[in-house]
Amino acid sequence: MSVSSLKSDMPAESHNLDELDRKIIRATQGGLPLVSEPYQQVAEEVGTTAQEVMVRMQRMLDSGAIRRIGAVPNHYTLGFRGNGMTVWDVPEEKVQQYGRMIGELDFVSHAYHRPRFLPEWRYNLFAMVHGSDREAVKEKVAAIAELLGEDNRAHEVLFSTRILKKTGLRIAGG
Amino acid sequence: MDAIDRSIINTMQGGFPICEHPYAVAAEQLGIEEAELIERLGRMLEKKQLSRFGPMYHAERLGGGLSLCAMRVPEADYERVNEQVNAFPEVAHNYARDHEFSMWFVLATETPERVEETCKEIEQVTGYRVYNMPKKEEFFVGLKFEV
Repeated sequence: MSVSSLKSDMPAESHNLDELDRKIIRATQGGLPLVSEPYQQVAEEVGTTAQEVMVRMQRMLDSGAIRRIGAVPNHYTLGFRGNGMTVWDVPEEKVQQYGRMIGELDFVSHAYHRPRFLPEWRYNLFAMVHGSDREAVKEKVAAIAELLGEDNRAHEVLFSTRILKKTGLRIAGG
Repeated sequence: MDAIDRSIINTMQGGFPICEHPYAVAAEQLGIEEAELIERLGRMLEKKQLSRFGPMYHAERLGGGLSLCAMRVPEADYERVNEQVNAFPEVAHNYARDHEFSMWFVLATETPERVEETCKEIEQVTGYRVYNMPKKEEFFVGLKFEV
């Protein structure tokens, strides 16, 4: 059975998730079972068929409710001990241009446009920068600063000093 | 970690098939047996080289709310505020950062409206302002992490 044969004719409306979709999300958000037929195992857990699980997961993938399916590497244990949240004050009308540019750098995992809170918080562009240690991160931050040139009006790197809490997603209807 | 493990990490960050025997399909692309792929994924999860294997859901598209929030909490008050903030089930992650804006947490709520409400509740309980910084736009590539 190929992925294309599983395409559902139901609309890919993101908030049209029903109870069975939510059960599938809850059953898989911690990971897929490491068995030969993982969708079959999920189906047994939620009380449906493997075919139904596959159709629904394909639909969620098509609608963007699932970003992707695969391995999520742990930066920290893989040797990227320096992980800095870098924040940048760039002209509002150029955020998109610079966000895309920075988001494509191979040491940046995510970049976001966020609101400022003047005067206390002037930064409108966030980028997570990964390196082997803090020094490596700082070098990469300098490279970003060079890219932005004069449009980098100010920037800072916020290193995490402690994880205070880490839990999973919460799904309505649980 | 050997070349096959690295190849698994580098090539399997997305695109895992949705079919009856997806590990067999993925293993074939890597040139290994299904059982070996399953065994290697299990080991990398156990060693926490992978934090997860499976679907990554997009919180907002599931109908919920998601936001990054920050607070300026002085050292002397930090533990109290930390406990109060973490007690909210809507707080999914919380990180201490070396900055005047010293506490950064992600709110994941069942409805979009709950984000603002939760911020207000946290302000009331802690006595500190919550700076709610939902993303206006995301520049996400994210499939390029290489080892």
